Amino acid sequence: MSPSHRDRALGWVLRATAALVAAIVVLIVAFLVVESAGVLRKLGPLRFLTDPSWHPTSGSFDLTAMLLGSLLVTVGAVVLATPAGVASALFCRYYAPAPLAKLYGRMIEVLAGIPSVIYGMWGLMVLVPLIGKWQPPGPSLLAAVLILTLMILPTIALFSDAALAKVPDRYVRGAAALGLTRWATLRGVVLPAARSGLFTGVLLGMGRAIGETMAVLMVCGNVVQTPGSLFDPIRPLTANIALEMGYALGDHRSALFVSGLVLMGMVVVLVGTAELVSRGRLHG
Amino acid sequence: MAERAQPWGDHVAAVFIWTAAAVVTSVFVWMLADIVWNGAGQISWEFLTAPTDDAGRAGGIGPILVSTAMILGVCMAVSVPLGVGTAVLLSEFTGTNVTFGRLVRRSLDVLAGVPSIVFGLFGNAFFCHVLGLGFSILAGGLTLACMVLPILIRSTEAGLRAVPNEYRMGAAALGISRTSALWHVLLPAAAPGIVVGLVLGVGRAIAETAALLFTSGYVDRMPGSLFDSGRSLSIHIYDLSMNVAGGSANAYASALVLVALLVPINAGISWVADRWLHRRLVR
Repeated sequence: MSPSHRDRALGWVLRATAALVAAIVVLIVAFLVVESAGVLRKLGPLRFLTDPSWHPTSGSFDLTAMLLGSLLVTVGAVVLATPAGVASALFCRYYAPAPLAKLYGRMIEVLAGIPSVIYGMWGLMVLVPLIGKWQPPGPSLLAAVLILTLMILPTIALFSDAALAKVPDRYVRGAAALGLTRWATLRGVVLPAARSGLFTGVLLGMGRAIGETMAVLMVCGNVVQTPGSLFDPIRPLTANIALEMGYALGDHRSALFVSGLVLMGMVVVLVGTAELVSRGRLHG
Repeated sequence: MAERAQPWGDHVAAVFIWTAAAVVTSVFVWMLADIVWNGAGQISWEFLTAPTDDAGRAGGIGPILVSTAMILGVCMAVSVPLGVGTAVLLSEFTGTNVTFGRLVRRSLDVLAGVPSIVFGLFGNAFFCHVLGLGFSILAGGLTLACMVLPILIRSTEAGLRAVPNEYRMGAAALGISRTSALWHVLLPAAAPGIVVGLVLGVGRAIAETAALLFTSGYVDRMPGSLFDSGRSLSIHIYDLSMNVAGGSANAYASALVLVALLVPINAGISWVADRWLHRRLVR
């Protein structure tokens, strides 16, 4: 009787552990909501979109410029990183000779593991001065887009590679039997078959881009404004939290949690969509 | 059969794909070379052990390395038992309650996508204020533990799933309790998965900056206990390159140390994972 007793006890311990782990997400959302409730109740959510500017210490809480900053940086990075990432995966699977493909794959994995603060530092020391020489001041939307592109490229490349690996071999052989060229096979057969996997990778890359803080913070210039061109400095939501959380008090602190809640919402929507897409593949 | 001339689309595609790969490779080499070139000169035993001086412009990174190790220690001490326990439940005990398992999985998927700065906000509100830990190594380590759990669980679960079912049946046929089977058969057999998860988790934790800004803090003195604030290596790099004029030489050196810690970790992981999968397939 004693072993089965122990088994049951173990079952309950494990269930408690898993419940605790599952509770973390709930706790995170709960804390974001509770901490932002103060300012939301006092001012209402609309003030964050309609206030004239972001001067939280004098009661002006406009987030639109920073929301726009986050969106522009993300869209820019995704637009550049998607073709480059998919091309990287195609390179590994269909173009490069085997040893080169292996080496390149390893490099992408190492690139995926490099910390954001290193990308940020390199951007700040190398890329920003280069842009500054061409179109001053240097720290800009463009710098942030380029650094983010580099950061999410491995995510997109690794997911694309996994998606390409899942395309059944007989598709490729069938295409070869029809006499299709390599690119016609890829464009007409392989890429469409891997579509949902590629899309999942892009969505997750996008989630990573919206949430990225350090690399962007170090190269974007951090001026709260609607950029007039690629060379204007901007400040995305994440950078704003990192810059101001250290000294924010009262409503200001609460407003930073509101922006955290907005970020969390955007990421949840992206992750949820990615999951729907990849599950649709499983059933279809 | 005569080979037909390739249409121009094929040429354009090939040129584009080779160019993309070449550009990515050269940027990677450029970045790494830049860090090694500018950082290697300052690295010495002295630099690795001496206390920081003059806001980091002078001196070494001794206390920074100690703080980083302590944060990692806290993070792993908390996340490994929780992560392995959850993974065991998900892969070995899901028969008991499918809905619960699905719920846990869903919440882990979301957790994996939470931006690190949001972990920072949460850690600051919960660990620093509600639990009263203040800016401390403990608060930073606990925040990171929440962050690495999804990685740890995913790879431990993969390890457990790779254990052939005969092991479980064999243990059951011998009349061993599930607890002993888990302890003596399944976990040892799943060890490579657990190790991969552990190292990936360490890699993620060492690389993290944003979640530590408002949890473990900025103080660059040698920490006396887990309740002291301690500056991690990544925050040191951020602070030196962003906020300290004339700190770039030491920023590069610290970055080189961080990369030197991480690159072998990442390269080793994929090597271990490859070999382990290969062995399983061959056997």
